[in-house]
Amino acid sequence: MSIIVEGLYHIYMKGSPFEKVALKDVNMRIDDGEFVGIIGHTGSGKSTLVQHFNGLLKPSAGKVIINGTDTSEKNLKELRRQVGLVFQYPEHQLFEETVYKEVAFGLVKQGMEEDRIKDRVRWALGMVGLGEEYLEKSPFELSGGQKRRVAIAGVIALKPSILVLDEPAAGLDPKGREEIFSFISNLHATMGITVILVSHSMEDIARLTKRVIVMNKGTVEMDGAPADVFQNAEKLEEIGLSVPQITYLMMKLKKVIPEINEKIFTVAEAKNEIAKYLGGIR
Amino acid sequence: MIKNITIGQYIPGQSLLHRADPRVKIILMIIYMVDLFAVVNSYYTYAAFLIFTLMVIVSSDIPVSYTLRGIKPILFIVIFTAIINIFTTEGKPVFEAGFVHITYEGLDMAAKMAIRLSLMVIGGSLLTLTTTPIMLTDGIEKLMSPLKKIKVPVHEIAMMMTIALRFIPTLMDETEKIMKAQSARGADFDTGSLIQRARSFIPVLVPLFISAFRRADELATAMEARCYRGSAGRTRMRQLRVGFPDFVLVAVMAVFTTGLVFLEYYI
Repeated sequence: MSIIVEGLYHIYMKGSPFEKVALKDVNMRIDDGEFVGIIGHTGSGKSTLVQHFNGLLKPSAGKVIINGTDTSEKNLKELRRQVGLVFQYPEHQLFEETVYKEVAFGLVKQGMEEDRIKDRVRWALGMVGLGEEYLEKSPFELSGGQKRRVAIAGVIALKPSILVLDEPAAGLDPKGREEIFSFISNLHATMGITVILVSHSMEDIARLTKRVIVMNKGTVEMDGAPADVFQNAEKLEEIGLSVPQITYLMMKLKKVIPEINEKIFTVAEAKNEIAKYLGGIR
Repeated sequence: MIKNITIGQYIPGQSLLHRADPRVKIILMIIYMVDLFAVVNSYYTYAAFLIFTLMVIVSSDIPVSYTLRGIKPILFIVIFTAIINIFTTEGKPVFEAGFVHITYEGLDMAAKMAIRLSLMVIGGSLLTLTTTPIMLTDGIEKLMSPLKKIKVPVHEIAMMMTIALRFIPTLMDETEKIMKAQSARGADFDTGSLIQRARSFIPVLVPLFISAFRRADELATAMEARCYRGSAGRTRMRQLRVGFPDFVLVAVMAVFTTGLVFLEYYI
């Protein structure tokens, strides 16, 4: 059970003057229960890549195999149930009269019986931190962050084994971001599902993921643990990315205090490192 | 799937046709249509017209396949007109069985009508393929400006056309995005009865309308924030100027039309 990508190419509008190669010979394997971050400059092919994971886009060449199913197959219903894909600004796809109907949409399409749908909807809304009182509200009268959580709940309700999120926190305030990431981590920890997070925030990637895939111009530039990837600050800057801000601070500190370890990627780690240097002050 | 629609699509280039003034191109287009429907009648002139159209396409640097693609959406109309013509035109019978009678004149008429409609669409798409939508509406606005005298809101009509054309690709992208997002949630657009399929578009249409209204609202605010007040006293950054490419095109068209009339009526 895993995501296997072999020699994947994707070409948009093939054979027209607007032809564009979006992915070039991409190879990767993501195993069950991993928490993977995908970073890359705008137009690097991140979104194109993740849309191959549930067969919304088909490879122009190469193969994508999800949990043993080749995505070039005809019937992708089961695959779409296994892979939950949350697009950027998912609140723009809301359309139902009530939050309940909105979250239940996918389940109804699957033909699940009503009692089970009710349980699932309550569970999914609980996961994203929305209580019973929201069930009968119109999704359009909620705040931006709540709308987004309803939209994500609609995907989580299908109980996917792989959850792909494209910039789930874009445009939210700090509290909204924190809430989104805390339930994603929670979902990963309690359900053991594979989470693939596309993000522009190096801080979030460093803090949340155990593996980072760096995309550049349609190819995989780097693939490894955050600690390994974020060591290459220069290379990352060259392709329009950066390392977490705290890492820049630690690099500056290193120039003044040679004993300090600059390979630090989260604020919590930095706190410990500085405390260690200062002699155990907490 | 959606990207196959070529309405209002512009393909950049440097040919004479690309560089010509939109007003000139629109007028030449009208002359082209008049030639096609009022002058051309014998097979000689049809042949001449086809060759001329082909030469224009080649000189415009637009792939021939692109201009032909414009015919696809009206293929049904072309075939339908041809069939009606075949069965309803009176004349010398070629084939008769019961109430069905096909005449020589009917076949002749059907073939000519099909060619006319196809050439009309090819000509029209040549105009839009070589002219940016903004230039096109600028041209239309200028050509229609005499109508301002009789209180026709020419500028407003042109602005509405510009905005509508400008948002076709945006709304297409949006539709595709929403369709993808809903498929990811389990929506199914390709199976089921006609009614089921129509119903399955509700989850696409509702968000699409919401976003279209939101966009319209934002655009209106942005335009007002920049003090847009319609046509009164407005100047333009791009001035339309008639130049060398236009003289060439007008000359070519004049020679062609004269030749065509000569071929049709004197040979």
